[in-house]
Amino acid sequence: MTLHDSSGRLPHAFTTPGSSSFVDFLAGYAPDLLPGHRALPGGDLQAPHGTTIVALTFDGGIVMAGDRRATMGSMIASRHIEKVFPADEFSAVGIAGTAGLAIELVRLFQLELEHYEKIEGSLLSLDGKANRLATMIRGNLGMAMQGLAVVPLFAGYDLDRGRGRIFSYDVTGGRYEEQEHHAVGSGSVFARGSLKKRWRHGLDASTAVRVAVEALVDAADDDSATGGPDRARRIWPVVATVTEAGYLRVTDDDLAAAVDVVENGRRSTRREGGAR
Amino acid sequence: MSMPFYVSPEQLMKDRADYARKGIARGRSVVVLQYDDGIAFATENPSRALHKISEIYDRIAFAAVGKYNEFENLRVAGVRYADLRGYSYDRVDVTARGLANAYAQTLGTVFTTESKPLEVELVVVEVGREPAGDQIYRLSYDGSVADEHGWVVMGGQAERLAGLLGAGWRPGMTLAQALGLAVQVLGSAADDGEPRTLGASQLEVAVLDRTRPRRAFRRLTGALLEDVLGGDDSPPGGDATPAP
Repeated sequence: MTLHDSSGRLPHAFTTPGSSSFVDFLAGYAPDLLPGHRALPGGDLQAPHGTTIVALTFDGGIVMAGDRRATMGSMIASRHIEKVFPADEFSAVGIAGTAGLAIELVRLFQLELEHYEKIEGSLLSLDGKANRLATMIRGNLGMAMQGLAVVPLFAGYDLDRGRGRIFSYDVTGGRYEEQEHHAVGSGSVFARGSLKKRWRHGLDASTAVRVAVEALVDAADDDSATGGPDRARRIWPVVATVTEAGYLRVTDDDLAAAVDVVENGRRSTRREGGAR
Repeated sequence: MSMPFYVSPEQLMKDRADYARKGIARGRSVVVLQYDDGIAFATENPSRALHKISEIYDRIAFAAVGKYNEFENLRVAGVRYADLRGYSYDRVDVTARGLANAYAQTLGTVFTTESKPLEVELVVVEVGREPAGDQIYRLSYDGSVADEHGWVVMGGQAERLAGLLGAGWRPGMTLAQALGLAVQVLGSAADDGEPRTLGASQLEVAVLDRTRPRRAFRRLTGALLEDVLGGDDSPPGGDATPAP
């Protein structure tokens, strides 16, 4: 990558009017920096893998939560990886799949939204953001076919409609709007079951945070690749709310309290332990 | 055999410089000045969509006078430069100095090699964690760069306004004091004319606020700007219109 041409001035690609998209600019100017444009050698590759993300709507916004575990085969690659990020001020993105690619993709997606905002002077609509993410996932299809898939969950506050919305994706870039709640990743089956039972209309933000934590606890209970809250090390899931006021990460103290409530609710009184 | 006209290089450069200067002097002035918690930008601009002051990166902003299409093009190039650099290295590696150099080379190359110079004057500003870390670079149509301290005025009547601003500015002003001075300077009249009072709707005002965690740039519009201009000495609250 070079930022100057031979005379020292900014290259013409920089001063060419047109696209407000950083990804499009990169595709024209420095395609090797785009994750989907790299040639891959064949063969099996072991790389850290991120797991469960849950998202649910509540009255006035959304909650997104992700556990802190990354696995590589049967080994735990990381117990404090973060998989939920602010995409911009009014949206959050969580990622399951090959961790390295996913983090690169999130970084590019954050930059894409900020770049648009700076050049156009206005925010993209929530649907516009969701569609941009779909395009970027589609660009990764070649890697996904070699086993390096990235599956994000995107959610945000729609400023035009005045409510929170959730979008899920498949590896081919298919974009699906989800109602009420959704989960992705290896523990998603158990998390979805939990969300179905716990989610209801008119949740407030703090209850919604607790429902999200409980869904992750349920996922960690039955899925070896999902990490539960770690009391000894004080590692809590990453939980964030997005409302009209913007993205806000839930503090560790609030999460410790939410974990307490969930665990106290299922503490067994009998010696052999319960099935809850 | 016909003799081609000979134009000396001095004359050629002088003609280009005069041409660019004339274009720039037609525009309204932009005032940039440091205050205790950051750097403020103000200009008379009734448009809400066509900006002269913009965000480039987390702690870097851009202000320009002259031909809109030319500086808008440079602004977009600056955003692309900064975002590409931040993506390749890290966000902290994007500096105003690097951007000012890139702009200077671009302006200089266009001035000497193309038939028409860019009729623009730019300021690239980076806000530091402390006032001592603030950087203000002023770039001219010919690619010359000046490292300014405290304040800058560009555009039409820059010299007259610079005299007024230089007399009124001192380090450590509050935002309200700094903007009060800026608006007074922008509204001052040449010769013995009557000074104008500029309202919030006629002004484009933005700040690089050093107390903000990541993106320091914020536009001040509407009620918030009226509050600040109304002599309210308290720092602007969190109810700001989201930037930009």
